[in-house]
Amino acid sequence: MALTQDEDDANGATVVVVRDVDYAVRGRPIFRGLSLAAARGAITAIMGPSGTGKTTLLRLITGQLDPDRGDVEVFGEQLATQDRAARYAMRRRMGMLFQNGALLTDLSVFENVAFPVREHARLPERVLRQLVLTKLQAVGLRGAADLMPAQLSGGMARRVALARAIVMDPELLIYDEPFVGLDPISMGVIVRLIQRINRALGITTIVVSHDVGELATIADHSYLLAEGRIVAEGSPRELAAASAPEVRQFMAGEADGPVPFHYPADDYHKELIGGGSLGGES
Amino acid sequence: MIGDALQRVGRVALFLGRILAQCPAAIARPRAIVHQIHNAGARSLIIIMLSGLFVGMVLGLQGYDLLRRFGSESALGVAAALGLLRELGPVVTALLFAGRAGTALASEIGLMRATDQLTAMEMMAVDPVRRVVVPRFLGGVIALPLLVAIFDVVGLFGAQLIGVGVMGVDRGAFWSQTQAAVELRDVAEGLMKSFCFGIACSLVAVYEGFHAEPTAEGVGLATTRTVVVSSVLTLLIDYLLTAAFLGR
Repeated sequence: MALTQDEDDANGATVVVVRDVDYAVRGRPIFRGLSLAAARGAITAIMGPSGTGKTTLLRLITGQLDPDRGDVEVFGEQLATQDRAARYAMRRRMGMLFQNGALLTDLSVFENVAFPVREHARLPERVLRQLVLTKLQAVGLRGAADLMPAQLSGGMARRVALARAIVMDPELLIYDEPFVGLDPISMGVIVRLIQRINRALGITTIVVSHDVGELATIADHSYLLAEGRIVAEGSPRELAAASAPEVRQFMAGEADGPVPFHYPADDYHKELIGGGSLGGES
Repeated sequence: MIGDALQRVGRVALFLGRILAQCPAAIARPRAIVHQIHNAGARSLIIIMLSGLFVGMVLGLQGYDLLRRFGSESALGVAAALGLLRELGPVVTALLFAGRAGTALASEIGLMRATDQLTAMEMMAVDPVRRVVVPRFLGGVIALPLLVAIFDVVGLFGAQLIGVGVMGVDRGAFWSQTQAAVELRDVAEGLMKSFCFGIACSLVAVYEGFHAEPTAEGVGLATTRTVVVSSVLTLLIDYLLTAAFLGR
């Protein structure tokens, strides 16, 4: 994909392009020369172990953070050149699902889904009601319209958040760890919803997660992120067959490998017997 | 240390600028502001009225004891009214407001930050300053002077309750002297103070909440800082305004 990226841009075939991005937090580098692209209409998966900056990557793509070097392009526009108003205009074309749903706790389920519409459009109450109920029906929660977020289970909250994310008919939908902390049934529901919304509405989809199994069933293209860069990319099948040790370790879920089981420490024997830096009094 | 403090003041000032810039848009939707006046004001009513009553009663006792030494017990009403209107009403109400409504504001906004609700708004192209911060700020600024007025009235009632009811000051003298001595200027001083305290306490609360670290500890810290900073700021502003009003 990387080779044909520029051609794809010209055709508008890629919605998101991250090009050679460096990003550091308080001097600690998170990304070094990171590049990836999300094709229009496809489901792009970004996988990687915890703490590799997957959420940070999403914040770069959505313009909540700016890279130290390199550029991020969404809908064919460079984020670096955008002011606040332009970024807000861009975000109206995208929806995002947060890890915990991030529902507004003082509003009911119905009002949560209605929120972006009320903020951005003046619709007659009857039309708004139909719109919101349609979206809630799509995620199977029309019956929960009057509940408050505190009354929802984790999986339900995420589905409500999904209804909210699609209520403005976005062109790009971003999921941040959509499977974390869900029981198998809720997980299956979310997987199906992601796929159905992508296929039925043709929304370009980016899913960030470390759940290899779930992603493999739905992703068109996957990236594996480790140590601040893309270490592998391809279809889920290609990744599963890859031989590079860091890919193998992640895909097979091995405890030790290029990502070590042990956090860096002094020599074990030396520390137990004495003279180590831990443990205080001697 | 001083550099840090100055930077902080600068950041708060910039935040105030952002709030003021969004005020017209927020005023166009008054329901949210009315809701926040209810939250910050009506929910603080009981603590304000109780405190006002007790402060007034103490004023009645102390004022009576002091004035009796000069044989002018009948001026008790004047002493209580001026004390309440110009000083105790605004200051005590602001301190209570910081503890009751300010902490609620800071922790509410801090929790919204910690649970990604503010980020979610940003992602929906909704400015959280306009949607969350401004209505709460304006609600606080409007609610505090109203609470001060209620505190003053209840306080004066408390002073009368003790002065007239228990200590035996003449009711007619109590009220007529009060009416004659209290000027519009005194009311204006109290109003001005409560308005300034309202801005200070509400600004500190929304700033601390909005900039809280998105953790349980961060929200707790923001809440604590809200009380400490608002209280000290209230007393500082009180001194400055008193000096200005007295022309010293």
